[in-house]
Amino acid sequence: MDFISILSIFVMACFVGYYVVWSVTPALHTPLMAVTNAISSVIIVGALIASAAGGSPTAKWLGLIAVALASVNIFGGFAVTARMLAMYKKKER
Amino acid sequence: MEHAAPPAWVMLAYLISGVFFILALRGLSSPATSQQGNRFGMAGMLIAVVTTLVTHEVASLPEILGAIFIGGGIGWVTARKIAMTDMPQLVAAFHSLVGMAAVLVAAAAFLNPEAFGINGADGLINPVSRVEMGLGIAIGAITFSGSVIAFLKLAGKMSGAPIMLPMRHVINLGTLTAILGLIGYFTVDQSPWIFWTITALAFVIGFLLIIPIGGADMPVVVSMLNSYSGWAAAAMGFTLHNTAMIITGALVGSSGAILSYIMCKAMNRSFISVIAGGFGAEAAATGGPAKEQRPWKRGSAEDAAYMMQQAESVIIVPGYGMAVAQAQHILREMADVLKKQGVSVKYAIHPVAGRMPGHMNVLLAEAQVPYDEVFELEDINSEFAQTDVAFIIGANDVVNPAAKTDKTSPIYGMPVFDVDKAKTVFFVKRSMGGVGYAGVDNDVFYMDQTMMLLADAKKMCEDIVKALQH
Repeated sequence: MDFISILSIFVMACFVGYYVVWSVTPALHTPLMAVTNAISSVIIVGALIASAAGGSPTAKWLGLIAVALASVNIFGGFAVTARMLAMYKKKER
Repeated sequence: MEHAAPPAWVMLAYLISGVFFILALRGLSSPATSQQGNRFGMAGMLIAVVTTLVTHEVASLPEILGAIFIGGGIGWVTARKIAMTDMPQLVAAFHSLVGMAAVLVAAAAFLNPEAFGINGADGLINPVSRVEMGLGIAIGAITFSGSVIAFLKLAGKMSGAPIMLPMRHVINLGTLTAILGLIGYFTVDQSPWIFWTITALAFVIGFLLIIPIGGADMPVVVSMLNSYSGWAAAAMGFTLHNTAMIITGALVGSSGAILSYIMCKAMNRSFISVIAGGFGAEAAATGGPAKEQRPWKRGSAEDAAYMMQQAESVIIVPGYGMAVAQAQHILREMADVLKKQGVSVKYAIHPVAGRMPGHMNVLLAEAQVPYDEVFELEDINSEFAQTDVAFIIGANDVVNPAAKTDKTSPIYGMPVFDVDKAKTVFFVKRSMGGVGYAGVDNDVFYMDQTMMLLADAKKMCEDIVKALQH
């Protein structure tokens, strides 16, 4: 992919993000932060590439540490979001 | 070596992963669809991880699985155990990890560019990739050190008071300019010293940017760092040409930016003045000595119970003080008893009621308050004029009419609840001495229809429940 097509995806995604986030109800802003935190750990993709590659042992170890850190976030972020969302209950009628 | 285009199905898989992340946020538009959304998020992450593992030669699968297992285990246990009041510092800590992961990935890409397919025919890293890496590592490092400070302040391991260095604006601007200048120079010279100097300066600036910001502004800071962690992921997505990372980065970046904006608006503070820091220090200085003695009325738990039983409608205004006193469960019990006796009970939440956006809603949800009894500022504010009782517990600045009338007040212009329009006001407060975050006196204390309930919030609610059941 050339730089321009990547930039196009990025700019479009910013617009999508803007409208999607404004539609989030304020009552769920804390879970929103927890879940955005979890999904930003998609950076684990880069960490996996680094730790899977041969060539530089230092880069491999940096990658492995990054995999561990991102995993804390992925599991922790999604789990804490699920825990919070499960608490939101409607009035019993 | 030019970046070889991955097979089409790989690009599609990352695209699907990105779309699932959009659906994850979309689900949060209502509590009813939110859990479904969270599952989309998990599925998106699984797709991204599996795709990466399948399409790269993985020489060290046991080590990778070990790293995921260790990290995932720590994250999972923390998420299970954390108290809901501690959510702001947990989120800050998580942000710091995203920042650090971005730094490590950028460093690994610099040390082993071939693995990432970002080096040109001459064996050097592509200039465009160098800019992306430089930005990625700088934003990542700022996110890391800034979030560590935010975590320490929120967890109370460091004073929430702003720390003001002399000449800090000059130092900060100088450091930022140096970072940008070095990233520019990095495109013509990829010497390691430039890369590592950018990294070191970025760690320092993250630290310098957050220490002058006071505790009251922490919700904005946490939102802002949320945004940064997104931009860091997006920058690395550009380096890796990875759609999932770019979409996620843009989503998270916008999300954090919008939350910062909402928080700033709720405090009537400009984003620039929050970032410049120092709020809280000056306010304490102006609010302290100007206090005069004015008459006020003290009420008892029995008074409150009697008045609320007679009322048709009660609006509860909870603030962070309620959560500190762990009074949310007994408060909900109090509301349950009143509802059984035919009183309409609603909760009114100010955007800055907790320590992070939406924090108070989570605390009430944990205490099993139904979310359709909880209302936002703009939805409920007009109802105070027709309300019999406003019950304020652990809040102060968000009900201070000085925000509407007193131009000299540090909180002037902040949107507040019109509790002064309610027929009767009960104000639960530990003592008359303490003032809110902003350190300003509150006219509501001295109104004719106000009764001060001076006690620990939890104890007071327990007493009211007892009196109600008589």
